[in-house]
Amino acid sequence: MIEEHAKVVQFIGAADGITGRKKLQKMIYIAKKLQYPYKEKYEFHFYGPYSEELTLRIEELCNMGFLQEERQDKGSYVQYKYQMTDAGEHFTKMAQVPEAPRDLVACINQMKDKSSRFLELVSTLLYFDYLPKEEQIEKLHVVKGKLNFSKEEIDEAFTFVMNLMNERAIQ
Amino acid sequence: MSYATQKLAEEKVFKDPVHRYIHVRDQVIWDVIGAKEFQRLRRIKQLGTTYLVFHGAEHSRFNHSLGVYEIVRRIVDDSFSGRPEWDDSERLVVLCAALLHDLGHGPFSHAFENVFGLDHEYFTQQIILGDTDVNKILKRVSEDFPQRVADVIGKTYPNKQVVSLISSQIDADRMDYLQRDAYFTGVSYGHFDMERILRVMRPREDQVVIKSSGMHAVEDYIMSRYQMYWQVYFHPVSRSAEVILTKVLHRAKALSKMGYDFKQQPTHFRGFFDGTYTLNEYLALDEGVLLTYFQLWMSEDDPILSDLSDRFVNRKLFQYIEFDLAKDYMKMKELELLFKKAGIDPEYYLVFDSSSDLPYDFYRPGEEGERIPIHLLKPNGEIRELSRESDIVEAISGKRRTDHKLYFPEDILTKDGKKKALKKQILDLLT
Repeated sequence: MIEEHAKVVQFIGAADGITGRKKLQKMIYIAKKLQYPYKEKYEFHFYGPYSEELTLRIEELCNMGFLQEERQDKGSYVQYKYQMTDAGEHFTKMAQVPEAPRDLVACINQMKDKSSRFLELVSTLLYFDYLPKEEQIEKLHVVKGKLNFSKEEIDEAFTFVMNLMNERAIQ
Repeated sequence: MSYATQKLAEEKVFKDPVHRYIHVRDQVIWDVIGAKEFQRLRRIKQLGTTYLVFHGAEHSRFNHSLGVYEIVRRIVDDSFSGRPEWDDSERLVVLCAALLHDLGHGPFSHAFENVFGLDHEYFTQQIILGDTDVNKILKRVSEDFPQRVADVIGKTYPNKQVVSLISSQIDADRMDYLQRDAYFTGVSYGHFDMERILRVMRPREDQVVIKSSGMHAVEDYIMSRYQMYWQVYFHPVSRSAEVILTKVLHRAKALSKMGYDFKQQPTHFRGFFDGTYTLNEYLALDEGVLLTYFQLWMSEDDPILSDLSDRFVNRKLFQYIEFDLAKDYMKMKELELLFKKAGIDPEYYLVFDSSSDLPYDFYRPGEEGERIPIHLLKPNGEIRELSRESDIVEAISGKRRTDHKLYFPEDILTKDGKKKALKKQILDLLT
């Protein structure tokens, strides 16, 4: 179980910090769907796939001092930024977690550049990836009707996933 | 009359220690209860290893599933029926979802899922949608009915009000398990005035709200939940049993991978050891099957498998200490080395475990959050988030309590024999 904690610290370290709880949730979910070895269980929630286990793990890691949580007041809303601490870096080394492969680091950085809305879209589509594409989109509109995702956004999401999968396969 | 609306000639009742009676009038519900996949839940305990601490906790997921069904039935038939905000055509789908929400749980769910990388939610969906008796029954209602039931349980159903009856911060699932687990464990926590809560629940767009006059009953429910988590669900001795159970399964899996020749071939586990399991293999497992294997494994030649199996079957559990991973991480590494030197495999005999709970969380506009809060309906029609109205709930909102422990076999370390000095050194570090 220590290894699972260390992998999360390593993920956040590889991203050089992640801003937004929702974003962090979706990034690890997408990485998991790309067959990277994350064990946190996900269920469908308010904002799409969500892992209570991951939330607990992050909280524990903050309590342990391996991650730093910074509350950022954005005026109309509040955001949380997570960063790996020096103790966290030491912890990942001691836990002997293999270094993050290059393709994973590239994947993390591509996700980090996207908005949490976009990652919510991508992760929701991936949640229904057992369905044919048309039904996947139909399901997206049922569960995320209020977000009004446009055709362009949906196309971009599919392309994004395809690129990540190709890069994962190439490595 | 269609199958969906068909009623039994006479109402059937199940005597229940928590709700007194569970009432069944719908033919569909009666048929689902009789399906073999649902009957299998009788052979899976609701609280896993907790019976090794609270000996009364032998109740099954079958009991709990009927209880959740009964609570939802009372809500929709007694509190919601006839209200304009409630669509009565959702009645059957929500009753079936309530009954079937735990259908995919396996034996000693959490440990089993952890070792074999499984997810009971996935199996719930597979049983409802696959080639099973439950699916055949649901399909008689309509071709898309199994999918609708699966969507409610998977929280992807369009009507969020229906989903929230089964899964929210104050849902039928929690209301049943808190009371049922309190009853069977014999603890005095876990009780709250459910009748009152059911009477003041009101359907609203996308959610279920509570009339503000019922706020104190809800406060009691939240405190019950808090107490039950720390007194029962995260009980360290029960966690110790779960740690050992997990390690038994880990060891059996590792031995299989190494080509170990089991005296009794673990036929039931083969598909799980190599990841080729089928739905039928999953359904063939229950706690009776697992406990039979554990008995057999006590006689295996592998000393780790036989010792761990003996520990689980005969309740020779690991001892534990509080362990702050951040502060004592180097100590953990040192202990691992010493365990190896002493000939005790730390992979199986030195286990860090943590428990954590959030008694009530909330989402307020402008904050990030995933849990939909409990909303109170004020007499003037205004809807307010619970922690803004209740001082008690405000005091515990968003406050997580975590508990970290390190488990180890004290009996091996204190036993006279070889490497005494080394074992003493380990004990000194652990105490």
